[in-house]
Amino acid sequence: MKRVVGLICVLAFASVPLWLRDPYLLNALITTGIFIIGAMSLNLLLGFTGQLSLGHVAFFGIGAYVSSLTALGFDVGLFGDVHVVHTPWPPIVGFVLAIIVAGCCGYLVGRLSFRVRGAYFVIVTISFAEVVRLVALNWVELTQGPLALNNIPSIAIGLPGMGDLVLRTKLQNYYLVLVVAVIAYVLIARLVHSHYGRAMRGLMENETLAVAVGIDVTRTLTLAAVISAGIAGAAGSLYAHYIRIIDPDIFAFINTVTMVIMVVSGGKGSLAGPVVGGVIFGLLPVVLRPIMPPEAQWISYGCVLILILFVLPRGIVPSLAERLMQVRARIARPVVASSIAKERA
Amino acid sequence: MTVLAPARDIALSVEQVGVQFGGLVALSGLNFVVGEGEIVSLIGPNGAGKTTAFNIMTGFLDPTKGTVKYRGTGLNGLKPHQVADLGLIRTFQRTSVFPRDTVFDNVLIGLHRQGRVPLLDALLGLPRARSSERAQRERAAELIRWVGLEARANDLAGSLSYGEQRLVGVALALAAQPSMLLLDEPVSGMNASETHSFVELIRSIRDRGVTILLVEHDMPMVMSVSDRIVVLNYGRIIAEGPPDAIRNDPAVIEAYLGQGAQRA
Repeated sequence: MKRVVGLICVLAFASVPLWLRDPYLLNALITTGIFIIGAMSLNLLLGFTGQLSLGHVAFFGIGAYVSSLTALGFDVGLFGDVHVVHTPWPPIVGFVLAIIVAGCCGYLVGRLSFRVRGAYFVIVTISFAEVVRLVALNWVELTQGPLALNNIPSIAIGLPGMGDLVLRTKLQNYYLVLVVAVIAYVLIARLVHSHYGRAMRGLMENETLAVAVGIDVTRTLTLAAVISAGIAGAAGSLYAHYIRIIDPDIFAFINTVTMVIMVVSGGKGSLAGPVVGGVIFGLLPVVLRPIMPPEAQWISYGCVLILILFVLPRGIVPSLAERLMQVRARIARPVVASSIAKERA
Repeated sequence: MTVLAPARDIALSVEQVGVQFGGLVALSGLNFVVGEGEIVSLIGPNGAGKTTAFNIMTGFLDPTKGTVKYRGTGLNGLKPHQVADLGLIRTFQRTSVFPRDTVFDNVLIGLHRQGRVPLLDALLGLPRARSSERAQRERAAELIRWVGLEARANDLAGSLSYGEQRLVGVALALAAQPSMLLLDEPVSGMNASETHSFVELIRSIRDRGVTILLVEHDMPMVMSVSDRIVVLNYGRIIAEGPPDAIRNDPAVIEAYLGQGAQRA
């Protein structure tokens, strides 16, 4: 049942460019899609381990910079005469490296901060994002600082017998983002439904009990941080190769806040939550722009957010799922405990 | 005090364990052993140090002095999850469940130790991960039947009665494949018939080769189920032996009922 719904959703998203020809809207959908991937990765930490990463954009930005620098090449002087020179590699290699490097950063931040959790983790992640932003701003030789890295090449995919397919158009990028989003979604779904995910949920709900049945806290949480950071890095790489220019503003706090809003409004701890929240809050500015002046847009944005959280405090997806369950329970009570009954038979 | 050696292999041995919280001596010179396959109860008035002893035996607390060994491995310095990996699993007095998950999912979380598959297998949904997942679900259903909660399998653990939550806690602990189970006041909050069936459950667990250490206040229950009883008061062992001997031990009667009881 869930698979059918998922497949229908994917097909629906895949059909959008067939009837939507407006490049402005398609552009909004692509950037929204990229942020949804970021939000899904944030949800893995916030929704399934209960750890709020308010510096999540650091992993996103690191992914973007690693991928761009891999594709552009650089020549950086270290300690006097020593120069590190990198000749450009294909962007697809940058995409893979972005995931690996962001994942490693996730490991470091996770190891450092999961000894003491909660507020401490929030502070470490914010600080980490700020430090990375300052490095990107000031290490001009590597990152061009505020001058930005530009002319970042588009991602190209080698097709057997047909040479490289360069994903330059909006249409191609739309499908690229969709494919990466689906892969990220499936990976996160598999993870949270495996014993790794159950360990995360156990730790979130009752840590004392969880360790007593043999769940390793540091290992479980670090794993979540690594995978979350890796996926955020992938999103950052897609962003860099699509926008084709990045500057240190990519590390702005507002980008993290956008992801947090997507997760919290859609429903943290639900797989579909960030997608639903992301579509709403990613496209809301686009919808509001033609109908009201700029100052009113953000007020409306805030009002919609407050309204959603007021009416559906646990987020859209979990709250609606709960109501659906209640309705179903009223219709068919005896279905409960069927899984056990089946095994008995 | 001499340690009564049980007539079987030693599973758990507590050697000269002392714990101090600042100036407060919670335990001192604690010395006892639990044999393989035994049911041993640790009793004593409130504040006698039972839970502290439990925390030491499961890695939640390191002793100030002495050591605890399980099947020859010293537990000092091990983290709780490492102790659990040795097969020493505990339940809790309060908060014995994952309240926002169903009973079935609770037990699945408890199966963590058995369900380990490589990360890549899990992420890619390879056959090994799938068959392990199926096996875990079957095992969970089996454990839920064992503790008698099949009717509540799909209810949220937090919505269950106290007594039922205790049973979920036991099912969770059993899911972790214990070779020794430490039960912290498992029947508190249960009514008489629930307690009775719980005693049957404890026996059936032991019959499958699991050693059991019990902390409990319910004296009739302790007397009926235990092979041996260790009595603590003010952080020290004041008596140790089979239920009949403990029942008539003057030191125990005094600790529980006060000195007036002896005159009466």
